[in-house]
Amino acid sequence: MIGVTHYLVVSAILFTLGVLGIFMNRKNLIVILMAIELILLSVNLNLVAFSAALGDLVGQVFAMFVLTVAAGEAAIGLAILVIYFRGRGTISVDDVNRMKG
Amino acid sequence: MSYSTQLMMVLPELVLSLGAILLMLVAAWGGQQATKLVSWAAIAVLIGAGIALAGPASAGGEAFGGLYRPDMFGAVAKAMIFFAAAVSILIAPRFFQTSSGDDLRPEYPVLILLSAAGMGMMVSAGDLMSLYVGLELQSLAAYVLASFMRRDTRSAEAGLKYFVLGSLASGILLYGISLVYGFSGTTLFAGIADAYAGERSMGLLFGLVFVFAGLAFKISAVPFHMWTPDVYEGAPTPVTAFFASAPKVAAVALATRVAIEAMGPAIADWRQIVIFAALASIIFGAVAAIGQTNIKRLLAYSSINNVGFALIGLAAGGEAGVSSVLYYMAIYVVMTLGSFLVVLQMRGADGQPIESIASLAGMSRTRPGLALALAIFMFSLAGIPPLLGFFAKLQVFVAAVDSGLFVFAAVGAAASAIGAYYYLKIVKTMYFDEPAPAFAGKTDPVEGVLLVLAAAVISPLGWPLLGYLEVFTASAAKALF
Repeated sequence: MIGVTHYLVVSAILFTLGVLGIFMNRKNLIVILMAIELILLSVNLNLVAFSAALGDLVGQVFAMFVLTVAAGEAAIGLAILVIYFRGRGTISVDDVNRMKG
Repeated sequence: MSYSTQLMMVLPELVLSLGAILLMLVAAWGGQQATKLVSWAAIAVLIGAGIALAGPASAGGEAFGGLYRPDMFGAVAKAMIFFAAAVSILIAPRFFQTSSGDDLRPEYPVLILLSAAGMGMMVSAGDLMSLYVGLELQSLAAYVLASFMRRDTRSAEAGLKYFVLGSLASGILLYGISLVYGFSGTTLFAGIADAYAGERSMGLLFGLVFVFAGLAFKISAVPFHMWTPDVYEGAPTPVTAFFASAPKVAAVALATRVAIEAMGPAIADWRQIVIFAALASIIFGAVAAIGQTNIKRLLAYSSINNVGFALIGLAAGGEAGVSSVLYYMAIYVVMTLGSFLVVLQMRGADGQPIESIASLAGMSRTRPGLALALAIFMFSLAGIPPLLGFFAKLQVFVAAVDSGLFVFAAVGAAASAIGAYYYLKIVKTMYFDEPAPAFAGKTDPVEGVLLVLAAAVISPLGWPLLGYLEVFTASAAKALF
């Protein structure tokens, strides 16, 4: 029997992967965008699992909001990435260093 | 309650969002020439939203099944937010005109309006869902604003960093929210408070930690401050002034509401987190600022330092603590906007903005008025009486002492002395160093008036206002209990 704990464990693993993806990745900014999506999806999994376990619809409504915001966030993130690439000609994480201190 | 009365309660946000949509259309049809019109119209919209605060929007109660709380706490925070947003629109045209690169486009005031609508939603949220949507509306608009000078690589990089770390912060906050929802069974603040008052499960504690970590990111408290200096340095100066004022107030007010309304019964748990973040922010903000050579970076560390002091009020808890947080933020907004107004006047002979602290040398001889204004802001940020910054700090320390946090208050007060060092160093540079080349260009009349007003309010001339501020913040704090 798959209980709510199983979902929580999967979602915790996804969340950790997402956070690690942001901090350990040294190559590509697109990967960071994917890691952010992974974090939001892990949260959605949590919300839906809780919603089903509690028999309460609020969690699923919340998941819908998160999905919508995630779409907006991806759009804005890619737009910023494009203007960044136009100016610098690279999307390597190691090159994001114009400011230091 | 009828639907129309509920709509009246969210009138400020309605005015802002409808105004933003309309002005977006004007911007689309009018193009570049419409910039001036849209800017002034946006300021009118902000003033309209500010007037709407006086009605049912601050009368208390709740709208839309508890999703939105139109109380005095939200209204006071929103008054500060709308004021700071309007100033950020006013100071933009001159900056974009003189600096090379992109012109000011009509989207700028529209984005500020959208961000202000999100901030209004945040500070009046009565439910985790409206909290999240408001926060994201504010953040998404802010990411675009940070990278508004598209051809400037620093601005694009600032936007990118702000986006990545801001999204991470939202993700952490959201993960905490999902845990709080799962283990309390509701997203309404009142219901969550009931859950925290009872037997606290591990999940609820984890949720609390994640929520506070996410909020600490948004208010840029140590240890989640690393994005602040880069974003403040890279973003165009009017946008930096906006970031340092309005979203800061909104995030601090949101953290206060969540801490008191939703997690009030767990004060013993979150107090440790807040105390750590407060002291770390004060000390780190002061120490890291010492070696800075860029004035915008220095002001970024100064804002980290100031958030630490506001958190002292939050750690105190209770009505006195909450009112001291708002009191501190109100004075902080004026001080920080004033400082950025001075930064806006720093331009070289070619009209390009200068950001180095060294260029301030000897400003007392080349631009005495400007030097005096910056000296007032710096002394005030350092918390030296008789300027208003002193009373702001006094208020949070009194609140901390009243709730028995003696050691904490003493360490905070001692650490504020470290911070005084770099503020005073700027004053020394301006008054005692050999003059550097004078800044070119006259002060724009609008900016000049704002600068004089800000300096006057912070100086002892502003004392009569303190009484009103106290009354407003006290009634705001009452709304949370």
